[in-house]
Amino acid sequence: MAELLNYDEDTLVKEQGYDDHFHDHHHGDRFKSGFIGHYIFSMDHKMIAKQFLITGMFWALIGAAMSIIFRMQLGFPEESMTWIKPLLGKWIVVDPATGIGSLAPEFYYALVTMHGTILVFFVLTAGLSGTFSNLLIPLQLGARDMASPFMNMLSYWFFFLAGAVMFYSLFVSTGPFAGGWTAYPPLSALPQASDGSGPGMTLWLLSLTLFVVSVLLGGINYITTVLNLRTKGMSLWRMPLTIWAFFVTAILGLLSFPVLVSGFLMLMCDRGLGTSFFLSEIFVNGEALPNVGGSPILYQHLFWFLGHPEVYIIILPAMGLVSEVLSVHARKPIFGYKAMVYSIMAIGFLSFIVWAHHMFMSGVNPMISNFFVVFTLIIAVPSAVKVFNWITTLYGGNIRLNTPMLFSIGFVSMFISGGLTGIFLGNSAIDIQMHDTYFVVAHFHIVMGVAAFFGMFAGIYHWFPKMYGRFMNETLGKIHFWGTMIGAYAVFWPMHYIGMAGVPRRYYRFDSFDAFKDFTLMNQFITIAAIVVFAVQVLFVVNFFYSIWYGRKMKTKNPWGATTLEWTTDIEPGHGNWEGNIPSVHRWAYDYGKDGHEFIPQYVPLQEGETDSH
Amino acid sequence: MTTLIIFLILLILVVITIQISKVTELSSKIRGEEQSRLQANNRTAVWLVLFMVAFLVLTVASSIYYKDYMLGYGPLKAASEHGALIDGVFNLTLVFTGIVFIITQILLFWYAYKYREKIGRKALFFSHDNTLEYVWTGVPALIMTILVVKGLVVWNDVMADVPVDEEVIEIEATGWQFGWDIRYPGYDNLLGERNYEDIVLGVNPLGQVWTDKKNHDDFIADEIVLPVNKKVRVRITAKDVLHNFYLPHFRVKMDAVPGLPSYFVFTPTVTTEEFKERLYGRPEWDAPYDPADPSIGTKAENFNYELACAELCGKGHYSMRKIVKIVSEEEYEEWLSNQKSYYLSNIRNTANDPNKDALLDVEINSQRRAFFKEFNQAMESDDSSVSLRLKNINFDTGSANLTANSRYELDNLVQIMTDNPEIDVQIEGYTDNIGDPSANQALSNSRAESVMEYLTSHGIDAKKLTAVGFGADNPVASNDTQEGKAENRRIEFKISKK
Repeated sequence: MAELLNYDEDTLVKEQGYDDHFHDHHHGDRFKSGFIGHYIFSMDHKMIAKQFLITGMFWALIGAAMSIIFRMQLGFPEESMTWIKPLLGKWIVVDPATGIGSLAPEFYYALVTMHGTILVFFVLTAGLSGTFSNLLIPLQLGARDMASPFMNMLSYWFFFLAGAVMFYSLFVSTGPFAGGWTAYPPLSALPQASDGSGPGMTLWLLSLTLFVVSVLLGGINYITTVLNLRTKGMSLWRMPLTIWAFFVTAILGLLSFPVLVSGFLMLMCDRGLGTSFFLSEIFVNGEALPNVGGSPILYQHLFWFLGHPEVYIIILPAMGLVSEVLSVHARKPIFGYKAMVYSIMAIGFLSFIVWAHHMFMSGVNPMISNFFVVFTLIIAVPSAVKVFNWITTLYGGNIRLNTPMLFSIGFVSMFISGGLTGIFLGNSAIDIQMHDTYFVVAHFHIVMGVAAFFGMFAGIYHWFPKMYGRFMNETLGKIHFWGTMIGAYAVFWPMHYIGMAGVPRRYYRFDSFDAFKDFTLMNQFITIAAIVVFAVQVLFVVNFFYSIWYGRKMKTKNPWGATTLEWTTDIEPGHGNWEGNIPSVHRWAYDYGKDGHEFIPQYVPLQEGETDSH
Repeated sequence: MTTLIIFLILLILVVITIQISKVTELSSKIRGEEQSRLQANNRTAVWLVLFMVAFLVLTVASSIYYKDYMLGYGPLKAASEHGALIDGVFNLTLVFTGIVFIITQILLFWYAYKYREKIGRKALFFSHDNTLEYVWTGVPALIMTILVVKGLVVWNDVMADVPVDEEVIEIEATGWQFGWDIRYPGYDNLLGERNYEDIVLGVNPLGQVWTDKKNHDDFIADEIVLPVNKKVRVRITAKDVLHNFYLPHFRVKMDAVPGLPSYFVFTPTVTTEEFKERLYGRPEWDAPYDPADPSIGTKAENFNYELACAELCGKGHYSMRKIVKIVSEEEYEEWLSNQKSYYLSNIRNTANDPNKDALLDVEINSQRRAFFKEFNQAMESDDSSVSLRLKNINFDTGSANLTANSRYELDNLVQIMTDNPEIDVQIEGYTDNIGDPSANQALSNSRAESVMEYLTSHGIDAKKLTAVGFGADNPVASNDTQEGKAENRRIEFKISKK
């Protein structure tokens, strides 16, 4: 049968493709016209994807730099930080006796808070899902653009606005918000309790509300596009796993972010209008407040009802990207495609009924925790299925170990390491001891921080040619991979031990407690490793921008030999993606190595006697 | 300047790396792209395996190296009854996840190495296998079931509140920015009511309601002191923002929420001294506590259990330390008896006291305890007769009428005479030196008799009692001051043991 398969891409895509009368309207080129229309207020999903990516990179550098500053305080509390005083000003407090400058505790907490907020929302939500949902949904589905390019543009600009407000909040005189990224009241509601809860918190709330608008505008678009704009033949079961992941992610976001905003709204009322949603019987700063009857725990419910799906909003797109990259570069179909889809759905569904596992120790009725333990640990099952399927995808492959593939393998390694520690924390009995210790910090950084970044890097290296028509430098890419892989484990692995010793997270110093102060060397090691990892990320940014203009040029349309539709567009596709007809789809996205062919693209009709796989 | 140099060095490093990478790409072009790609592929595959080996060796070795700091191993084993259960679930989970961790990491990197791209290798078309997928859905599901069941049994056991009729020591921890107030219930074993609006810093730090008599014997302790092997219920609250009551050695952790008291029940099983024993002889604990001052002794010698805050509460979050001491039952009783009720020592009879003129239960009880203590000491002494004072007996001025509040002390006397039939008692009345000596003599006589009358009317056999008046004789203090005179107006009772 092998020799029978003979197809000509141009004929299949351009002539036999689906004619949507795109070129009858002559609107395709309007957006290329001016600099502003093309680069700034662009409605082209590919440009918006790049905007999300580069803005995300900007925030990633800021967020990571913050972590380096507070890690230096933790690792080397006795070293002077006066050298950074020109940048941080009054937040470096110089001891007049010794001349040693150290980070002001309130600013340490502000940095920790901002690091979390920025990384979770601006980088791993907007930068990851925003980038790749925008880039890949229309391209892989065979759509000209998103269902509403205008809303898509608004989605980016609301994100930009959110970022601008947050950035501004870094410079207010009372400091940015410093009550942790979860912003639990009463601390976040009372400026008397913390300087950061003053104007900094107002701006934080405003920024994140704008951000939710951005997520919702984007999410509605992604969902509509997936449901309505698939090309002819692209049934749901023929969609690549990337699209499944983005689709479920968008649904999660659409259902959970509004709940967060409702919590924010009540918090704003408590702060500004004297309501008592979250406040009760508080005596702060020498004064008893009039508020009674509220419950701080209610906020936690509202927050984590978003907060938990949020971690899947972060990790699902990474899973989708990794599934695709693994399959393409192993030259094998993804193993258990349907199981992968069902796993994504199961994880997505379960993510809504596990939120209180963040609250086992918050004073909720212990009976309630029983249910949340059960649902939480059930998530381990679809997650395990995904891991086994990824590993089996490698089995028997012909694997290209290039940078995107290495990051995908790294992703799986990180997801295993970080996922397994989740089984400890999800079990409320163990959580009694582990809650809010460094064990938690290690867990979530590995599983949703590092792993999500690995998925993102895999995606960037893999689709960079599609975005810029050039390849990123492989050697720098490999240095980037090894530096990050070894460095990230070096940073976060030791934190398990610190956590098992009981050291709580969010401590500015460890030496006030005998039980927590014995890990000086380990903390120094972590800090040094973090600095190395940060330096390697700077190398990645250099590689990224260098390659945009000077990278090796892409000479063929489909350099990876992939089956999906994005590789049928021109090397630098215009707005509308395909000149002429849209390719129509005849098979699933993973016909690699089938019947002796290295790969069979999705637009190739099924041969006589051939059945659609999966 | 240093910054500039570091910056320049970094810049040069970046430039060098970029140049090297350019050179490698160029040389690969010269050697032929396909071949050099495969070479790189081989190299990377080897690196992956090397990484896997190093990674697994380091993780396993480091976990053995640090095992003394982990739950359930080494000296840091839980110091509470339920803590051992928690450590058990932890270790069970560690076994399962450890196995999965090692197997999956090995397979992941080994497959990446084994199936690296080679000329002529054809990838296997292997898109799914139902049996395999059932197995690896079923096995994790089974393991999760075991862990869930085990975990929840422990959870519901640990978090159960104390049944109403069970005896428990209840204390209260209140978190504030940035410290803890630990309140003990005092002799009645009941914590008094609080109202946050009554809080006045320095006067009433917890907003205790002074009209609630449960509050009158409550005391605020500098440290948490608890007896070993006794069940403790900690009522956990906060004044201002969220805090978290965290006792790492006991596996105790619970948020302190303003307006919504929470609790944690635990039983400490290892005294502070016993815990120190565990630490002696271990190099990391035999190190000096403070290297700058070796005279303080080793870490083990200075060991203390600690209370920490584990919920971000503001800029001083990292410093909310309190020492916890677990002691023997006797040491605990001893410590308790030295604690002073906050109300009695700071509020009683000040402008803030709403109960100014009333005799409070707490005072009656404390007089009673003092009375019995004195009596017991007297009984233990070798003397055949001992004189004791009835301290809290008063008469109307110039008369022998007992005041209403005198009955509490008299009842105490009734009780010891009932409980100790072998003793006889002589009631002795005394006055100060004011006025006519014969009038004083008469008054002291009639006062002693009125005490005796009270006793006989409460069932004490008159044969065991005698009443004598001594007037102004035998003063116990100087009659030159008002206080001294008050001291001298008194009733004593002399016990004659048989």
